[in-house]
Amino acid sequence: MTSARQRSYGVKAAPYGFLFPAAVLFALFFALPIGYALWLSLHKVHVLGLGLGAGARKEVWAGLENYTDAFKDSELLHGALRVLGYGAIVVPVMLGLALLFALMLDTEKVRLAPFSRLAIFLPYAVPGVVAATLWGFLYLPSVSPFYFVLDKLGLPQPNLLDGGPLYLALSNIAVWGGTGFNMIVIYTSLQAIPVEVYEAAKLDGATPLQIAWKIKIPMVAPSLVLTFFFSIIATLQVFSEPTILKPLTNSVSTTWSPLMKVYRDAFGAGDIYAAAAEAVLIALVTLVLSFGFLRAANSRTKQEEAR
Amino acid sequence: MSTLALRKSAPAAGTTPGTAQGPPPAFGGGTPMRRRIGLVPTVTLLAGAIYCLLPVAWVVIASTKSGKELFSTFTFWPGTGFADNLKDLNAYRDGIYWTWMGNSALYAVLGALLSTAVSAVSGYALAIYRFKGREALFSILLAGVLMPPVILAVPQYLLLAKVNMTDSYVSVFLPQVLSPYGVYLARIYASAAVPPDVVEAGRMDGAGEWRIFTRIALPMMLPGLVTVFLFQFVAVWNNFLLPYIMLSDDEKFPITLGLQTLLEQGANTPALYTLVITGAFLAVIPLIALFLVIQRFWSLDLLSGAVKS
Repeated sequence: MTSARQRSYGVKAAPYGFLFPAAVLFALFFALPIGYALWLSLHKVHVLGLGLGAGARKEVWAGLENYTDAFKDSELLHGALRVLGYGAIVVPVMLGLALLFALMLDTEKVRLAPFSRLAIFLPYAVPGVVAATLWGFLYLPSVSPFYFVLDKLGLPQPNLLDGGPLYLALSNIAVWGGTGFNMIVIYTSLQAIPVEVYEAAKLDGATPLQIAWKIKIPMVAPSLVLTFFFSIIATLQVFSEPTILKPLTNSVSTTWSPLMKVYRDAFGAGDIYAAAAEAVLIALVTLVLSFGFLRAANSRTKQEEAR
Repeated sequence: MSTLALRKSAPAAGTTPGTAQGPPPAFGGGTPMRRRIGLVPTVTLLAGAIYCLLPVAWVVIASTKSGKELFSTFTFWPGTGFADNLKDLNAYRDGIYWTWMGNSALYAVLGALLSTAVSAVSGYALAIYRFKGREALFSILLAGVLMPPVILAVPQYLLLAKVNMTDSYVSVFLPQVLSPYGVYLARIYASAAVPPDVVEAGRMDGAGEWRIFTRIALPMMLPGLVTVFLFQFVAVWNNFLLPYIMLSDDEKFPITLGLQTLLEQGANTPALYTLVITGAFLAVIPLIALFLVIQRFWSLDLLSGAVKS
């Protein structure tokens, strides 16, 4: 028989037991690697003599040297600027389309809504690598239907895998893959708005556009904030799409995005110390941007509540 | 787009929002005029649907073309080479393509199952118990969501290399078991689905904490856990970066990495393009099938619940 004291002990210990696997995994695969990356970023290899034999290469303290190098690195800076340009297209277009489609799904008179909703959500099921492969072929003049049509019409055929159009080509892959998911998030919170709210607005003579603008969009603001937040994080981490398109064009370098540069430095150039410093910098930028954004969003909603 | 703006802004100009000066709205509006308004959202959504289906339709058709047809015939006209393409794909490196598919399935099924289990116990503990360090633990776990994968993957690789575990199934599998987002969803779902009274009643009946969890709470959390499982399944199946960093032996590649290597080789030998296309087509089938089957069970309100809190 269990006594009351034993039971209360069990209740107290239980959450720690339940959280044990997560804590171990967190320590091994999150905390330890982050700590190791920090440690690496503050070190460098010191080579003695010709660097041959045991003990000729040893890790020495480098201080912030790797970080100052990273700041001076023009490849990293250009990668960051490219991703900024890419994000400036992806985030507004993807979320704009997601909101538009969600609002359209939410109108009363829409036809074929289940089909459209499913079709627009479908790319979520397609792996990013496969999506990039498919679009990569659709951008290739020799196999693309677009070029076939342009050719038949005698129109000029732009090179989608170079210069400015390359940004559009890459952005399009992200928009294609992400719009449906964000649409569903926004649509689900639209569905949660009580019908009475619309009835009241309709009695007041509000048009559908006014209802969308003045009621629906403000009421789904929290999910817009969430989708915005996740889109920014995903944008900063763009890696697989340009890596997939790389074999199809000469315009995607091995350092096209900052993460590709980290990969190149760590595994191509073998400088894990520089790569660690760059990785830490990217993590810091991500954290600052996302927390800054969350704070800004929070203070905005608070202001609106106060009004 | 422009018709939308025109049609809807015209009446909007006359009415001031928030005042009841306009004509009383017609209820049960079934007039032809009102039904036609549905045209704008319907057409907009269909345009979106076409945009989203286009690459999938293209790959279905392109996979039927022989290498020669791929470069010579109209791209949306089916070819005659599907059987040959399949045969070539089967023959390529003794059918390594199917090894990749099998690996992906293995990583995704096992990884998602374990990940869901860890998320379930952690989410339950965080939702039901009041204990010291609860909020701190939760915030630390959530910070994991914000960590760019490469920040983790590079040192994860280096650390696993120290214990000679890179280039193994485990190296791709283990780092994905703990999913901060999965824990977050499971916590929200547990606090919504498991009433504290039920847990208390279980204690009154003398059940242990583990028994209460497995017998009472787990069945209540099951619909939410299906969603967690699906998220994890898709995330692992789609993951490219981690296997790209961890693996060098292509017998252990998942399908994403396999296709990328095929494409990379295809840049030099265009004959491989038909293999890549057929391979991409086949790789899409299992996930789309899964997606079509489960989308009716998928509890998306969980997502919006996550948004609200």
